[in-house]
Amino acid sequence: MSGPLLQVRNLTKTYGARIGCADVGFDLWPGEVLGIVGESGSGKSTLLSCLAGHQAPDAGEVIFATAEGPRDVLRMTESERRRLSRTDWAYVHQNPRDGLRMGVTAGGNVGERLMAVGARNYGSIRETATDWLGRVEIAADRIDDRPRAFSGGMQQRLQIARNLVTGPRLVFMDEPTGGLDVSVQARLLDLLRGLVRQMGLSVIIVTHDLAVVRLLADRLMVMKSGRVVEQGLTDQVLDDPQHAYTQLLVSSILQV
Amino acid sequence: MTDHAYNFAYLDEETKRMIRRAILKAIAVPGYQVPFASREMPMPYGWGTGGVQVTAACLTPGDVLKVIDQGADDTTNAVSIRRFFQRTAGVATTEATTEATLIQTRHRIPETPLTADQILVYQVPIPEPLRFLEPRETETRKMHALEEYGLMHVKLYEDIARHGEIATSYAYPVKVGDRYVMDPSPIPKFDNPKLSDSPAIQLFGAGRESRIYALPPHTRVVSLDFDDHPFTPSKADHACDLCGAAESYLDEVITDDLGSRMFVCSDTDFCRTRREAGQVGRLGGTLEGEAA
Amino acid sequence: MYVAVKGGERAIDNAHAFLAEERRGDPAMPDLSVGQIAGQLKLAVNRVMAEGSLYDPGLAALAIKQARGDMVEAVFLIRAYRTTLPRFGSTVPVETGQMACIRRISATFKDLPGGQILGPTFDYTHRLLDFKLAAEGGMPAAPEAPSRPGPVPHVTALLDRDGLIQRETDSGTPAPDLTRDPLHLPASRALRLQALARADEGFTLALAYSTQRGYGRTHAFVGELRIGMVRVSLDLPELGFAVEIAEIELSECETVNQFTGSKTEPPQFTRGYGLAFGQNERKSLAMSLVDRALRWRELGEENIGAPAQDEEFVLMHSDNVQATGFLEHIKLPHYVDFQSELELIRRLRAEAAK
Repeated sequence: MSGPLLQVRNLTKTYGARIGCADVGFDLWPGEVLGIVGESGSGKSTLLSCLAGHQAPDAGEVIFATAEGPRDVLRMTESERRRLSRTDWAYVHQNPRDGLRMGVTAGGNVGERLMAVGARNYGSIRETATDWLGRVEIAADRIDDRPRAFSGGMQQRLQIARNLVTGPRLVFMDEPTGGLDVSVQARLLDLLRGLVRQMGLSVIIVTHDLAVVRLLADRLMVMKSGRVVEQGLTDQVLDDPQHAYTQLLVSSILQV
Repeated sequence: MTDHAYNFAYLDEETKRMIRRAILKAIAVPGYQVPFASREMPMPYGWGTGGVQVTAACLTPGDVLKVIDQGADDTTNAVSIRRFFQRTAGVATTEATTEATLIQTRHRIPETPLTADQILVYQVPIPEPLRFLEPRETETRKMHALEEYGLMHVKLYEDIARHGEIATSYAYPVKVGDRYVMDPSPIPKFDNPKLSDSPAIQLFGAGRESRIYALPPHTRVVSLDFDDHPFTPSKADHACDLCGAAESYLDEVITDDLGSRMFVCSDTDFCRTRREAGQVGRLGGTLEGEAA
Repeated sequence: MYVAVKGGERAIDNAHAFLAEERRGDPAMPDLSVGQIAGQLKLAVNRVMAEGSLYDPGLAALAIKQARGDMVEAVFLIRAYRTTLPRFGSTVPVETGQMACIRRISATFKDLPGGQILGPTFDYTHRLLDFKLAAEGGMPAAPEAPSRPGPVPHVTALLDRDGLIQRETDSGTPAPDLTRDPLHLPASRALRLQALARADEGFTLALAYSTQRGYGRTHAFVGELRIGMVRVSLDLPELGFAVEIAEIELSECETVNQFTGSKTEPPQFTRGYGLAFGQNERKSLAMSLVDRALRWRELGEENIGAPAQDEEFVLMHSDNVQATGFLEHIKLPHYVDFQSELELIRRLRAEAAK
């Protein structure tokens, strides 16, 4: 397919007088990882939830290159949008509890998307689930355990497996390394980087952690007070920040 | 004895019309749960008020009514409902499946194949097949509308992962006409194949939950399963001890406190008909001494 | 030879005869009259009318007698009777501002137009068993005050005049009817109130109590509780005007609740509303707290996941006739389902033993 996978134009969301995000626009190309950074309250989470259809923005367009051609996601029916979110799209929540079924086994969690799109062979569902558990470094003998019995890092890896099992064309990630210990974060990041490269995933990742985007993102968007203040190639933005806010953000990290 | 203080079949005509509209809609969209303004009935919710309302809306003075509970005509609740319609509608009643024009049932489908001249009305406690996976009505209606049935298979997957087979033995979920997932009411899964392609009209009434759904004649009904764990209708691995039938659903009866037991047809009319025709099971004797 | 269990019809008849005898109790004691129940167990009658959704003290008393004092059973009898009644139309909304109050209290103002009237209340009685009641005896007459004529303004109307309380506006749409249309969710406030008005008192009480203990706290003050008679009028299309057809007793409660205001609105009080047939104080009070808790979305409050905030949970489980029927249906035979479970368990155990 030629052309961008996702085209965002003039996306705006306000809460009463307060701006959630305003006039956001960008293109995401197939195989590209876009990082959105900013401090809390900068509008990056609002932006992500508007893009993913969890919230309705007040204005703008989010055009996704569906198999049948480009479509404005915001003008889709809920039925179409939900279909999209269980086929072409995936969403990795910051808190794995929001993205997993805690009462369902690891195998069932990974298998759900397969079954949702019509897989009806128990043996092959289980085989695929086992394979994916391996890819996210969860031992195969944990397949019939429930996520409650897993550590935070394992839960997050399970959530990633559950999302990627159907080979989504676009993955949204909201602070995927958020609530984890530093050592666990490093392992997860490493894993994510491997998967992104192997599968050629297109990803939009929201984080306040510049180390995460340095490692994963091809391109970067810096947000402040609901607006994009700077965007460009990751290395370029981080090594030669132009906007004063970006400079502040980068220097505050590097000093640590 | 007919009680003339009430309208024919208890409900007023306006209410019956409302229920008939729901029934027609249900028949037009097989497997879809149509909300209807369920009325308070003089029997408790959960005791067949949905089935009774559907039956009341379908009955005509010429109908011959059969009421069964657990396959039997003489269980207390079946007796109570049959009496209710004898009293309020004065219709003829029967225990013979072949003579009935309308059969109200709880938890069974008669063994004798139904015909195009018959209506089978099921009493339904919980019409929503997704209810125990997702407690919210607002969410389950959306799941049906969008055909989001992945979760249903997750449940079956979990069963196999845990037990080695699908551990649902009654109220086994089905897919209707390749569209709606439906709860067939708590019939044993042994009865599921009879749902499909039946020449009779099958109507399902849930009074407390205010829902009516239907299977028009000759609708394809498929029990959910996996290719490598196919659905199997199962029953006790015995023949009826009274009539010798090997193909009917059996009740297990404990006959003493030493663990002795016998198996008898749950469908009492089916069993009696066979014995009247001379079929005898392991313990079956004459029919005398058994009059109701 | 095995004989299958038979004789359901005879068993039912005999059980009913036994029930009738038990209901009557000791024949040496005088039979309780419906008039006695209506007159002396009035609060029971009121509860049956409220939850039965039918204002008829005589029938409610009869239902209590027939149900042997089982209130939920009595409500059920009234509901089953109610369904068979024809519907002529809807009355004009009752004007509770014109209520002839036998009781009217406010916890928010010490004194107010119309005054505080304690009326026939258990409040401030010492809950000591009165053994004089066990011995039959005469009754001392209560002193009478002159009746106060004229309308008694609502406390919330006084607050509203100063813009201190959120204004309720008439949407102009006809009120939905829970008994004639299936419940659709999300429900309008009118529909929620209708469901709460006939909801089980115990359930409503428990939910209201839970909000006070922090499960969806609403900081309620009893702005006003009033009990008394109101006139009921019906528009007659043939006449072109409304005709007074009855007087009924109602209990009405309006709570005044804290509201911190939002980005767009300055702080203002908000309301919860409760209304029930007869003198039904606890019910109307509880109802107003639950009503207020359910309004979190409309008022932009946070949903903390409290049961009283969960509209679907509250509305789907508040009806005691539905609840008791479904609960008690597990007494019905389940041989068939149990048999299939039995076979499954045996098979799984046999499988595991291999």
